[in-house]
Amino acid sequence: MRRLLATLKIAGRALRRNKLRTLLTMLGMIIGVGAVIAMVGIGNGAKSQIEAQIASMGQNVVLVFSGSFTRGGTRSGWGGAGTLTIEDAEAIQRELPGVTAVSPEIRTRAQIAAGNQNWNTSIQGESPEYFDIRQWPVIEGSAFTAQDVKSANKVAVIGKTIADQLFPGEDSIGQIIRVKNVPFIVLGMLTPKGLSVQGQDQDDLIIVPYTSAMKRVQRVTTLGSIIVQAAKPSLLSPVQQQIIELLRQNHKITPGKDDDFTVRNQQEIAEMATAQSKTMTLLLAAIAMVSLVVGGIGIMNIMLVSVTERTREIGIRMAIGARGRDILLQFLIEAITLSVIGGILGIASGFGVSKLIAAKTTWPTLVPSEWVICAFFVSAAVGIFFGFYPARKASQLDPIDALRYE
Amino acid sequence: MSAVIHLQDIHKTYHTGSVDVHAVRGVSAEIQKGEFVAIMGASGSGKSTLMNIIGCLDRATKGQYLLDGTDVSRLNRDALADIRNQKIGFIFQGFNLLSRTSALENVELPMLYSKSHLGGREQKARANKALELVGLGQRADHHPNQLSGGQQQRVAIARALVNEPALLLADEPTGNLDSQTSIEIMGVFQKLNETGITIVMVTHELDIARYTKRNLIMRDGRIVSDTAVVQRLNAETELKLLRDAQQAVQLTV
Repeated sequence: MRRLLATLKIAGRALRRNKLRTLLTMLGMIIGVGAVIAMVGIGNGAKSQIEAQIASMGQNVVLVFSGSFTRGGTRSGWGGAGTLTIEDAEAIQRELPGVTAVSPEIRTRAQIAAGNQNWNTSIQGESPEYFDIRQWPVIEGSAFTAQDVKSANKVAVIGKTIADQLFPGEDSIGQIIRVKNVPFIVLGMLTPKGLSVQGQDQDDLIIVPYTSAMKRVQRVTTLGSIIVQAAKPSLLSPVQQQIIELLRQNHKITPGKDDDFTVRNQQEIAEMATAQSKTMTLLLAAIAMVSLVVGGIGIMNIMLVSVTERTREIGIRMAIGARGRDILLQFLIEAITLSVIGGILGIASGFGVSKLIAAKTTWPTLVPSEWVICAFFVSAAVGIFFGFYPARKASQLDPIDALRYE
Repeated sequence: MSAVIHLQDIHKTYHTGSVDVHAVRGVSAEIQKGEFVAIMGASGSGKSTLMNIIGCLDRATKGQYLLDGTDVSRLNRDALADIRNQKIGFIFQGFNLLSRTSALENVELPMLYSKSHLGGREQKARANKALELVGLGQRADHHPNQLSGGQQQRVAIARALVNEPALLLADEPTGNLDSQTSIEIMGVFQKLNETGITIVMVTHELDIARYTKRNLIMRDGRIVSDTAVVQRLNAETELKLLRDAQQAVQLTV
């Protein structure tokens, strides 16, 4: 133990002797480890954000979009074909036992106005169940009811941004908003959600009964999509399958023909979203690995120079009784000290960078502690791996030759 | 008296390329405890090679070498390192101190590699004692570049002594020193020898060899002469004479 301490002291002295060189050598490790930590921080932040967003879709949700990918060789986007009807939504609600709630949906953008203010925003037609499915409660006032849907009443629930833009400094409940010149009464305001991962304002929307959106705003008879909630996670796939069968039957699609709708369950959407961020993280991690290897080679290079420079010292130590193992340990510890201190500084700078990114952009960052521990041990491993060859070279020197070395 | 060094028909052959260099060709010698021996010879006579073998830095190609009763001729690298650490103290021509390391730490170095683990305080105490023995107790915290050549060589001697070896080996210890400092160093050796320490040194200076008790002369890898020193010089008297002479010169000028 004392011997190890003494060896550490020798290593420290050797590293202090040439401060600039030590710092430059460490820089490779600092950048490598710093890059790993920063990348992991960004990747993890994005992942947790995506998870939160998927969760905000609601629990056990299956989405049905109108319009298929391909029809007669022409591809239309989701919701573009207008093949879903209110009857489809009602059939799903009525005939499928695993379904707990359904919200027919229709979306558009429009210019809205109130008093002398106006604003361009997203208009969503939904059913009252939407607020439950999305777990997005009204914080002020109240939501619209099934009766409002039935009568296609001109009522609306607004996001926080709308309230701020159209009614600055006023209570928005009970005010009139004109959507495409149709006056809607504001019933309530939704709980603010803030920005999404992509930097979109999630509070910039108006939600009205889907019947009102169809008849009074859009003047269409078809739905864009249907949000379906299953009773439990294990029912997601069966419900998805049942919806496909039901809609094919209702739309009179003969076997062999393509669907004119698309059904996605929450799991698939989550997988798609995380797959993207995973690829990104993997790519960044690969780059970080390369810089770690480069840092390690830098350490090896400097250690080789150091061994050559200190050949005489090695000879002296051997002459007074140092075994090969003592010399090996001395240089190995020196290399590990270099890489571990570099690693620690790298972890610190990685944290700094990820905090800076979090502060300057909308990306949240999150560095998990196991990655910090992992980075520490990886940098120690880099020191051992790249320090071993120079240290072994030093330990195998012939004492007579080493003593004569000028 | 027991033999510290027992050499029996030692041969050493180097293979350099296609030529075999027969550096030592059958040396047999015995050096007893408490002796003070100078090995002399021209360069190429094999004295350095013999010194390396005696110092366990090198192994003989043929022959038997008993050091303090142990046969070291066939030991491996690690075992030789331990022998060097425990039984031999080295003193070199170029001092070979670690720079940027204090005198005290230089002296502590052999204890770092010894098997008997001493506490930090005890190591320091022993190192200080060794430095006092060579008359450098006051300069323990000086670095080699703050010391004169003679002082550096004294630090090296203290380092050689610190593990209480059976044998002190000095390779041209006065080669880098002026004549007065050389005599001072020989004085240190003579004093150590009087306390019973065995000393073997290599030198090519005849007047330095006269401070020792026995001279071995080598030529072409063999010992050609082995004589006791008749008119042995005493370093203290010589130093006194030298100082008087210097004073006389100053007075006449």
